[in-house]
Amino acid sequence: MNHDIYIYLLVMSAVTLAIRILPVTLIRRPIKNRFLRSFLFYVPYVTLAVMTFPAIMDATRSPYAGLLALIVGIGLAWKGLSLFKVAAACCMVVFGVELLIL
Amino acid sequence: MTLTTTSAPKRAPFMEGIRDGTPIALGYLVVAFTLGIAARNAGLTAFEGFLASFFNNASAGEYAAFTIIAADAPYLELAIMTLVANARYLLMSCVVSQKFAPDTNILHRVLVGFDITDEIFGITIARKGPLNPYYNYGAMSLALPGWSVGTALGVMAGNLLPEAAVSALSVALFGMFIWVIIPPARDNRIIGALVAISFIASFACAHLPVISDLSGGTRTIILTVAIAAIGAILHPIKDHA
Repeated sequence: MNHDIYIYLLVMSAVTLAIRILPVTLIRRPIKNRFLRSFLFYVPYVTLAVMTFPAIMDATRSPYAGLLALIVGIGLAWKGLSLFKVAAACCMVVFGVELLIL
Repeated sequence: MTLTTTSAPKRAPFMEGIRDGTPIALGYLVVAFTLGIAARNAGLTAFEGFLASFFNNASAGEYAAFTIIAADAPYLELAIMTLVANARYLLMSCVVSQKFAPDTNILHRVLVGFDITDEIFGITIARKGPLNPYYNYGAMSLALPGWSVGTALGVMAGNLLPEAAVSALSVALFGMFIWVIIPPARDNRIIGALVAISFIASFACAHLPVISDLSGGTRTIILTVAIAAIGAILHPIKDHA
């Protein structure tokens, strides 16, 4: 590894803390720019979706297990189940599928 | 500097924060454990994983950061990736800034801002009236250790678990992402369409020639900025949305 892990940690922490702390301390009025507000509104959903698929199929030993976990997770989250239940169900699907086909 | 600039109660909101923070902390402990496995794969020690999680408190942001660290990529790429993956906290922090009573001490704002996560943001916004920082401190007092200790445990115990268990646990983090994006995608057709487009575009870019040679983090940045910008241009949110 050519880079220092503590500089990596410093960089990511500084960026994250600045993102979280600067607006809440500096902004006393609502953001007016409509494009910026819309962009910031959509970013979380887009970036999480991009990171979830197809990466979930590479995270498991069998890509089919990851794919099925994605489908089951979407179904349960759609029904409004809690974070813990959705995450646990995804894990159990992968465990079950890999038990059967590997 | 004193923390008491407001006459609002402290003890009762703190206990309510602990009550609401308990299920969050338990969920964090499990999900952070799998984040610890990702940290371990990136070469982090348990202590380094603890530090990363204590100061970042971000599932997607940390996961993305660990993939960049694993690739031994430049510091700038890590900074940009962290910025993009955590950009939603910028918006949440803006929203939380509107919840504070105007006379709130800046130290309270800094401390509350320190731990604006998806879940703590959710319970903060769900409360009526001006934000009482002691409610957030109650929730943070469990959520923060749950997340950072869970990550350290994942780094330490990730290699002790059988392969089947690691494979199963590694999707818990994706389960959390799914849990964040799907209910809004169900209730808002624009978000739903953007999520579907993101899935398709991400899949395509992972397989297209040239583009698939870029790192996963770089593809995530490009796709996020492009798709969210297109969404913002075609369907700007209504005022007070």
